[in-house]
Amino acid sequence: MHNAALDPYAKPAPTVETIESIVGEYLHLEGPLLPILHALQESFGHIPEAAIPVIAQMLNIGRTEVHGVVTFYHDFREAPAGRHVIKLCQAEACQAVGAEAIGARALAKLGVDWHGTTPDGAVTVEPVYCLGLCACGPAALVDGKVVGRVDATKIDAILTEANA
Amino acid sequence: MKIYVPLDSAAKALGADEVAEAIRAEAGRRGLAVDIVRNGSRGMVWLEPLVEVDRGSGREAYGPVSVADVGALLDGTLPSHGTVEDIPFFARQTRLTFQRCGLVDPLDLDDYRAHGGLAGLYRAAAMTGAAIVEEVTASGLRGRGGAGFPTGIKWKTVLDAKAEQKYIVCNADEGDSGTFADRMIMEGDPFSLIEGMAIAGLGVGATKGYVYLRSEYPDAIDVMRAAVRIARREGVLGPNVAGSGRAFDMEIRVGAGAYVCGEETSLLNSLEGKRGTVRAKPPLPALEGFLGRPTVVNNVISLATVPVIFEKGAQAYADFGLGRSRGTVTLQIAGNVKRGGLFETAFGMSLGEAVEEIAGGTASGRPVKAVQVGGPLGAYMPREAFDTPLSYEDFDAKGGLIGHAGLVVFDDTTDMLKMARFAMEFCAIESCGKCTPCRIGAVRGVETIDRIARGDGAAAALLTDLCETMRDGSLCALGGFTPFPVMSALTHFPEDFTTVKEAAE
Repeated sequence: MHNAALDPYAKPAPTVETIESIVGEYLHLEGPLLPILHALQESFGHIPEAAIPVIAQMLNIGRTEVHGVVTFYHDFREAPAGRHVIKLCQAEACQAVGAEAIGARALAKLGVDWHGTTPDGAVTVEPVYCLGLCACGPAALVDGKVVGRVDATKIDAILTEANA
Repeated sequence: MKIYVPLDSAAKALGADEVAEAIRAEAGRRGLAVDIVRNGSRGMVWLEPLVEVDRGSGREAYGPVSVADVGALLDGTLPSHGTVEDIPFFARQTRLTFQRCGLVDPLDLDDYRAHGGLAGLYRAAAMTGAAIVEEVTASGLRGRGGAGFPTGIKWKTVLDAKAEQKYIVCNADEGDSGTFADRMIMEGDPFSLIEGMAIAGLGVGATKGYVYLRSEYPDAIDVMRAAVRIARREGVLGPNVAGSGRAFDMEIRVGAGAYVCGEETSLLNSLEGKRGTVRAKPPLPALEGFLGRPTVVNNVISLATVPVIFEKGAQAYADFGLGRSRGTVTLQIAGNVKRGGLFETAFGMSLGEAVEEIAGGTASGRPVKAVQVGGPLGAYMPREAFDTPLSYEDFDAKGGLIGHAGLVVFDDTTDMLKMARFAMEFCAIESCGKCTPCRIGAVRGVETIDRIARGDGAAAALLTDLCETMRDGSLCALGGFTPFPVMSALTHFPEDFTTVKEAAE
């Protein structure tokens, strides 16, 4: 079983001071909220709930507004993802070359649905609608690395490596 | 010996990084002095990784190159395509916007300059704002993001607006499936976009620019950020742009995975740090855009085409094209296709020529069933429409749209009812929720298509009615154009919508 306390990949719980110092770096920007949220997610792997009131106060906007923005965008997570994030393109150009079957194969092998994380915390699998690799699909983004022409063999190799 | 290995995402997705590393290692073992340049892609994705070797007498092209081929590549025994310019797919193109992409080192400003870069900006720097805007108008350039609005008219509106601060915002939220021209130019020739934005800034009197770049393009983000730093250091950006005495600087901002943010008003809301909901127009962004100030919002390809217009002159650009579609269109040929990639050509080539001759038909070898032109909001064109010339007007007349010029090819195994259902489902997932026809209509659309699939013969008329409501009543193109793929599928491929009941009779 996954034990967060023993997980060498687990990130420390964020303190208010840490959050404030991250938010503070972006206050000079015009429209700083998205850069702030990206920076927080980069540091903590998700947008910690504790960050919402801090951001609201520092930007002088309502907590509901911050919450509304966090939940509007697919990218921002309210809980950390698995240690590996596999995004499989399911858009039209990749569908034209069999992306649905690749997606179904991955979900079946992992035993999760889209957006799900395996119980051991190793893999989160998400659909993505276009990686701009439309002439070499089916396409995937594995921990930020692009992969093209994903077939059954390639997806199996990706999953094996991610589960290791 | 100079060896070019693309850093383009498509090349990387097919192993370019591993090939570059293998070349480095093998050259080291052999004691060969090799200079590896990570260039952009030449756009022939089926040949990626396409490696070019310059042994002192020009660039020889090889591809696709695998790690196992590296020994033969360095021996000179790997079969070559000749030069890139010899490859028919490339030879047939008219490269203006993409003239440097794949040719130069994307982050070498001297290389950029040596290939015509910055000539346009220096020319613009000596012109008045009004003259700059007039030049763009005269070129006939229209927005390449999809709507095809005349760029010069948009710029004129911003130029004439009185405000202390104006902005240039580049829409790099290229979310349409089947499109990758923006990504390619940002990864392969980022200075052309920066130069185009700087010219726009000088033209309309904006001193600040933003590129709103989607998070799904991590490699493009890295290249653009590095290019902006270099441009600033070299005085292309900053308080005295190209010695003009006028200021312009820019930032790269990263999106957060919302398709609707490719719509210009929701993009502006997102850039301001809000939910990416659509704004009603008017007011036009040109008058009340980013932070309520006059703002030019242009697509990457529109802005990256501006430098060549100033380098070669508006008339030289306008000399290409058909009717009111002037200049070149950067076709992106994708999906189930034998030769996919970027193909820049003057407007006017027929759809069939692009799909059958240029792209060589499907990768599966089966007959083409449909081509979706213009992204998820574009129509599925049947073979009967293959004679349609690629121009804004001709596609409009055929009930379609050019959009961002992506062509996604499907073979005859495709179930068009499923594709229509996907269009509605995608709209439901990505709807910003602001207007009812899109938010509710897309959900009802999925349900109605499911009814058709279950054999409810009356549901097709309901779907048609729903599509009319969405088209006429939605605030933006997401809800307004989703009927294009749905209705084109229903109209051109009725056999896929034949109900179970009818089929049984």
